[in-house]
Amino acid sequence: MHKSWWKILCVILLIYTFIAGFLMDVPRLPALSETIRNLYFHVCMWFCMMILFTASVVYAIRYLRSNNLRDDIYSRQFAVVGIVFGVLGYATGAIWMSYTWADPNNSSFQSFNAVAREPKLIGAAIALLIYFAYMILRDSISDIDKRARISAVYNIFAYALLFPTIWIIPRLLPSLHPGGENGNPALDFKDIDNRMRVVFYPAVIGWTLLGVWITSLKIRLALLKEKGLLK
Amino acid sequence: MRIPQSLLTLISVLLLTASYGQDDGSKVDMADAMRSNGRIYVVVTVVIVILIGLLIYLVRLDRKMTKMEKERS
Repeated sequence: MHKSWWKILCVILLIYTFIAGFLMDVPRLPALSETIRNLYFHVCMWFCMMILFTASVVYAIRYLRSNNLRDDIYSRQFAVVGIVFGVLGYATGAIWMSYTWADPNNSSFQSFNAVAREPKLIGAAIALLIYFAYMILRDSISDIDKRARISAVYNIFAYALLFPTIWIIPRLLPSLHPGGENGNPALDFKDIDNRMRVVFYPAVIGWTLLGVWITSLKIRLALLKEKGLLK
Repeated sequence: MRIPQSLLTLISVLLLTASYGQDDGSKVDMADAMRSNGRIYVVVTVVIVILIGLLIYLVRLDRKMTKMEKERS
């Protein structure tokens, strides 16, 4: 295995996250109850997605500067794994939401009416759809150099659209989702309980390292496949 | 089909633990760590087993990839 110290760190942090995440004390809040522990899992998916998309755009810019196809492969694989984590974040959010936001006194259809207006959900959905389009765009072009260049430029646009969809609009509109009006749309860093920080920050690092690890495997597989094309 | 020795051992250990987990109906709750706190530790153990399984899978994939890279170069 390559450079295995951070992989060991990833394993240790994830195991710590799962044990401490279930067993440590958490603040007792109305409506949330024990589901607040989802912070260590659901929110980390989004953090990991953002970091992987950032890596993807960095490699896209590097490709445009160097014209080295290796950078293009890196950029694509980071985006793919970023999408996977984004979808996981969305799915876990949907489950969490249906037990905290949905009003037990109303029919699920009426609750859905309120939930479907959530600016944060719509923003995240748009952001993910833009990245789906990135995949479709790049895999529909057969010329290798053209594909790499167009998708690198599109990747920069997609990343630029992440800003309004998941960082700006959620801050402007009222929402059921915690945080927002006056701070970070996912959670308020000044407000988060100290007991939770101890688990939350290692969890973010652990999940991100897992994402990078999976990406590194995908990159190595792609490099093996494309060996003939690379210098 | 040949089943590796280690796998057989693992399965037998798991079956053994499972049989210990059976409730015989009597109300004898011993000072058992796994049964305290609404048996949350059982959930933690299950989740950890899944996590470790996935991570081992990832490590094996990584090793396999390294081997392939060495063969191809």
